[in-house]
Amino acid sequence: MKSQGIDLFLSRFPAFDREVAAYGPAWLRSIRREAIARFEALGFPDSRQEAWRFTDVKPIARTAFHLVTEPASNGWDRAAVERLAFPGVEGERIVFLDGLYSPELSHHCPVPDAVRIQSLAAALKEDPEPLRPFLARHAKVEENPFVALNTAYMRDGAYIRIPRGEQIRQAIHLLFLTTAARRAVVTHPRILIVAEEGSRATVVESFAGPGDQPYFTNAVTEIVVQGNAELDHCKLQREGRGAFHIATIQAYQERDSKVLSHSISLGARLARNELNFVLDGEGSECTLNGLYMTTNRQHVDHHTLIDHARPNSTSLECYKGVLDEESRGVFHGKIVVRKDAQKTNARQSNKNLLLSEGATVHTQPQLEIYADDVKCAHGATIGQLDEDSLYYLRTRGLGPAEARTLLTYGFVRDITERIRIEPIRAKLETLVLARLRGAGRKREGR
Amino acid sequence: MTGSKKKPILEVRGLRARVGGKEILRGLDLTIQAGEVHAIMGPNGSGKSTLANVLAGHEGYEVTGGQVMYRGKDLLSVSTEERAREGIFLAFQYPVEIPGISTAYFLRASLNSILKHRGEEEIDPIDFLTLVKKKAKLVQMDQSLLNRPVNEGFSGGEKKRNEILQMMVLEPRLAILDETDSGLDIDALKIVASGVNAMRDPERAMIVVTHYQRLLTYIVPDRVHVLSHGRIVKSGGKELALELEEKGYAWTEIDSPAPAAPTSPDVPAS
Ligand SMILES: Nc1ncnc2c1ncn2[C@@H]1O[C@H](COP(=O)(O)OP(=O)(O)O)[C@@H](O)[C@H]1O
Ligand SMILES: [Mg+2]
Repeated sequence: MKSQGIDLFLSRFPAFDREVAAYGPAWLRSIRREAIARFEALGFPDSRQEAWRFTDVKPIARTAFHLVTEPASNGWDRAAVERLAFPGVEGERIVFLDGLYSPELSHHCPVPDAVRIQSLAAALKEDPEPLRPFLARHAKVEENPFVALNTAYMRDGAYIRIPRGEQIRQAIHLLFLTTAARRAVVTHPRILIVAEEGSRATVVESFAGPGDQPYFTNAVTEIVVQGNAELDHCKLQREGRGAFHIATIQAYQERDSKVLSHSISLGARLARNELNFVLDGEGSECTLNGLYMTTNRQHVDHHTLIDHARPNSTSLECYKGVLDEESRGVFHGKIVVRKDAQKTNARQSNKNLLLSEGATVHTQPQLEIYADDVKCAHGATIGQLDEDSLYYLRTRGLGPAEARTLLTYGFVRDITERIRIEPIRAKLETLVLARLRGAGRKREGR
Repeated sequence: MTGSKKKPILEVRGLRARVGGKEILRGLDLTIQAGEVHAIMGPNGSGKSTLANVLAGHEGYEVTGGQVMYRGKDLLSVSTEERAREGIFLAFQYPVEIPGISTAYFLRASLNSILKHRGEEEIDPIDFLTLVKKKAKLVQMDQSLLNRPVNEGFSGGEKKRNEILQMMVLEPRLAILDETDSGLDIDALKIVASGVNAMRDPERAMIVVTHYQRLLTYIVPDRVHVLSHGRIVKSGGKELALELEEKGYAWTEIDSPAPAAPTSPDVPAS
């Protein structure tokens, strides 16, 4: 798809490339250049492509986004950041404003010497070599133009490296904030997480931005989890109502590693989350939990891919959606079991609750199984609130709005309950409940 | 039959109701005074649950005739939740499961909506916990169940006890127990019955719907009514239950006015 948006991204690139080359390593420069070339060749996807059949990115392609080069000085102060943070989460908090690290709003904790928790820009400037085997090795630019675009324009974000055997108990919170600006802003946050052998860590990514303004977050997270390591990863998307949010989480897992992933999508006008997990080690295991709650004319798309490449690997996937008003949800869950990956155990479920006549959801599992000794199960449901349950609650004195809220909340808690970090779970449940109550009041007002 | 001394809690006159295009209640009369326990008995399909649901305000049941007065006011124009807030409680024949919401959470929300309706303050969460634990003990309900999602994975007996627990916490003025005894073993039955008996109060009325006489040896009713084809066909004292047990329901049909075939709606074909 050719558009003004593409031209702008292309024409701005040489200047950007020259500017960041001043402090980035040379190897990254060639990766960037390949990526922009790839982006040019691919263009923005259109609905003729299978993977984008239900998600129309034309509004992104049409908009001339502004790339921020100077740290913003307004919009978010400490108090505002506190409101988005999770009370009770004590650990490291790294805050980014319009894609750039904000030392003023960040909060660092003492960590063991070899642990790296820093801004990507700083890591690339000070000591880029350790990143080289991982950065842009797993998130491939070939197929996905947004990954290509992010790779071309990567500048800041987070670099987290947990050395062998190290366990970081406190959650590391990455907070990406877009500030209110006169022009529509684009950011390309890039996150690299490397959990070395036998290490353990918890990383939370939050995204938020101002009210109704259009802006564009184009994020890529690369995760490498080595043998026996465990990573708990939770993403909370609370972008503003005018936002476009496109993100890829690309995880690569080695032998006996474990990843627990949550993708919680509440905000944005248009959100597309790709989660690609490669289980490239025997005995590796990933658990993918997801929740999307949409209202108005929001559109949220989750595309997940779990690639079982070695024997004895396990994947458990459970995504739930609550769709209200005129909103749309898309879930596409692909599971690949390669020829060698005997004794694979894969379970996938996607359950959707439609709260209004106008809401729709497209859900599709896709299994590609080349091994013969595997256990795979999948199921998808689309339903409404149960009338008998509503009646039961009303006979106990709860009004229709409160009864709906409680039932919906119960549906959602199945996912939130699985978040292991208590303050995050508690805050998320409060958020969800407040949102459902708000929707209930709106419904009653009509 | 009309109470000259007291105003009845419930007065049902000529009630007709239909569901799924079929007339189930066909001119039902029933009057209950405060402090009384009435048993309603009748064979399967006679309309017992229909009556219970019409009183509780199920929107799927269409009232086509008659009137229901609750504490001197028209009940049928009142919404389900308002009825509950005004003191009507239905213990379900088949209690519903609510995934993700604990009994404690749900019951506190219920109690608070009732308190709010009365213009009273919400109950303090700690006080609530004390209250609900005390009541759970009375029905010998395991306290761990309070923190589990409502009725999810509960045994039949646990579900029924949960209904009685809710009744005890919400303290209704008119409690309708729809076959709370079905599926209970004798020990569970005694527990449920003692819970119900503990709730007997001069200000409160109860309707105990049951298929069997068994429950009524533990909850001794003031009146017994036999429901057949959507009408009360016989009323009497507690002896009536025993008589029914002996003679079977067929005995009541003999002197009831011959009903139309139960499957055909009571409307003239046009
Ligand atoms: N939702 C419904 N749709 C159609 N018929 C119904 C429905 N609910 C109850 N009935 C019918 O109404 C009649 C009375 O049912 P019910 O009140 O449940 O009887 P009881 O509780 O005395 O066994 C039965 O014939 C039953 O099949
Ligand atoms: Mg019944």
